[in-house]
Amino acid sequence: MTDTISRPSSVADRPRYDCRNAYVETLAKLAQEDHRIVGVVNDSVGSSKLDAFKKAFPDRLINVGIAEQDMVGVAAGLANGGRIAFVSAASCFLTGRALEQIKADVAYSNRNVKLCGMSPGMAYGELGPTHHSIEDIAWLRAIDNMIIVVPADPIETAAAMRWAAETEGPAFIRVSRMSVPELYPEDYTFIPGRAITLREGDDITLISNGTVLWRAVAAAEQLAEEAISARVISMPTVKPLDTEAVIKAARETAGIVTAEEATVAGALGGAVAEVVVQNHPTKVKILGVPEFAPTGSAGFLLDRYGMSPDGIAEAARALLG
Amino acid sequence: MTALAAEHITMPVLHRLHPHAHRDEQIAHIAEAARQIRIQDLKLVHYAGAGHIGGDLSAIDILATLYGAVLNVTPETVDDPDRDRFILSKGHVAGALYTTLAAFGFLPVEELATFLKPLSKLNGHPNREYVRGIEANTGPLGHGLPIAVGHAISAKLDVSRRRTYVLVGDGELQEGSNWEALMAASHYELDRLTVIVDRNRLQQGATVRETNDLEPLDQKASAFGFAVLEVNGHDRGDLFDVLSSVPFRPGKPTFVIAHTHKGHPISFMSNNAAWHHKVPSAAELEQALDELTTT
Repeated sequence: MTDTISRPSSVADRPRYDCRNAYVETLAKLAQEDHRIVGVVNDSVGSSKLDAFKKAFPDRLINVGIAEQDMVGVAAGLANGGRIAFVSAASCFLTGRALEQIKADVAYSNRNVKLCGMSPGMAYGELGPTHHSIEDIAWLRAIDNMIIVVPADPIETAAAMRWAAETEGPAFIRVSRMSVPELYPEDYTFIPGRAITLREGDDITLISNGTVLWRAVAAAEQLAEEAISARVISMPTVKPLDTEAVIKAARETAGIVTAEEATVAGALGGAVAEVVVQNHPTKVKILGVPEFAPTGSAGFLLDRYGMSPDGIAEAARALLG
Repeated sequence: MTALAAEHITMPVLHRLHPHAHRDEQIAHIAEAARQIRIQDLKLVHYAGAGHIGGDLSAIDILATLYGAVLNVTPETVDDPDRDRFILSKGHVAGALYTTLAAFGFLPVEELATFLKPLSKLNGHPNREYVRGIEANTGPLGHGLPIAVGHAISAKLDVSRRRTYVLVGDGELQEGSNWEALMAASHYELDRLTVIVDRNRLQQGATVRETNDLEPLDQKASAFGFAVLEVNGHDRGDLFDVLSSVPFRPGKPTFVIAHTHKGHPISFMSNNAAWHHKVPSAAELEQALDELTTT
């Protein structure tokens, strides 16, 4: 960035981290503390960075091979036997291939299974739409009894996992592969269904999560230089949504821009829009992925779909007219 | 049609015999339980105007044997972490499962009168949070076996002797998820897992052979690493001996092919695909009950 000096503390300039590292460190810690915790994988030991976990707890990493339907059913069966199963698999295969198992064996059966969608969104970039998982949030959001968490940084990833381990019931947690800066203080506690206002603002609201959240913060920094006061709401829980925070934003600011590494149909943007139209209609712009993406890295594709800091700022300006 | 009412609930609660009761007594007890369950289940389906009576009747001897004498689970131990688990993968025969659970005291017999009624706990497919003793919410086919494998792995991690039984339909084995689970079961050497196939050779509208044949099923299961046994799925003695004797080969899970007939033993239903989910008329119910009372 050329204007680093004018914004020395910009979120864009902070060091970046792969959330999978926080994921594996936390899983190992949790497993040390609670013997009930097991990992369940579909050959995804390496891609989930679970080699060290496997070494530390060889019996407690259940690798069913490349068989996602079996993987989720096995996790539900382990939960029946009193275990807490952390299923760790590429989000595209976990949620696509095993969707009916997620619905029936986990959500409807109300089993203590934690579905950890690794490398979600467009993390696999150039590998293309077969490996992108832009749909995961939308199709899981249609399933009752499923808490959906999209952490934005390593601290929130670890906090969400700790919450999941301590809380009985089904949950889906996205674990990002694309590096992101830290956005939360070390002592952050994840509370499901709670939005966090990262920046106060009265002109417009930016709602985001996951890998796009820091980009929304950077957009707000840009807008501030133009004397546009943008509220930034972090919405780690897509379901249940913090409807109060959304309604408040609709009331107090001129419009809402949502931005996420997911489909524009039925993910965070859709959830926000559902609340807005039913409670306090206002202008909403949904930024996300509208199509099977062409070849490109995740970062390139996010920029292409208007989710660079510049792109998000531009969407905000357009909404303000 | 008259709804199922209290006067149609005739089944006695049978309880189990002492585990050390003589084999002949056990088998006679299971046989009587199965007869009573069939009578009650036929009424359930007739008065509810829906259900899967064909598959119910092919599975009832297996269910009665498991709950009547094999599983170490009773209404008193239904929450014991070390209980045996039974998972009904062919969840569409929920009526047979509810009736069996009622026969052995897990569910008040009177509650059967609510089968399929609005807001009843007795849904067309089982829900573990509605009915005590149900281990998994099944219905879509090909789900029970992976769940059973997961439970059997948990038992192994716990160094527990608790056993896992799963009943699958034969047509259901066309679902690929079963074969994923069979591979994992032998890989993890789950010798306290028993897969029972209700081998009635019929699926919704045709024979399994005509639809997508499973044969040679025994060789397939054996190639997947299972100890394979074949039994007459209506012979309670056979079922009792086999199901209470697992594991058969140390380190290997067990695959029991239970040869059954859909609609057994009702003369006009037996081995007839038309009775997959047909509802018996009043006259047909009367004849069926008559056959069960006189034989």
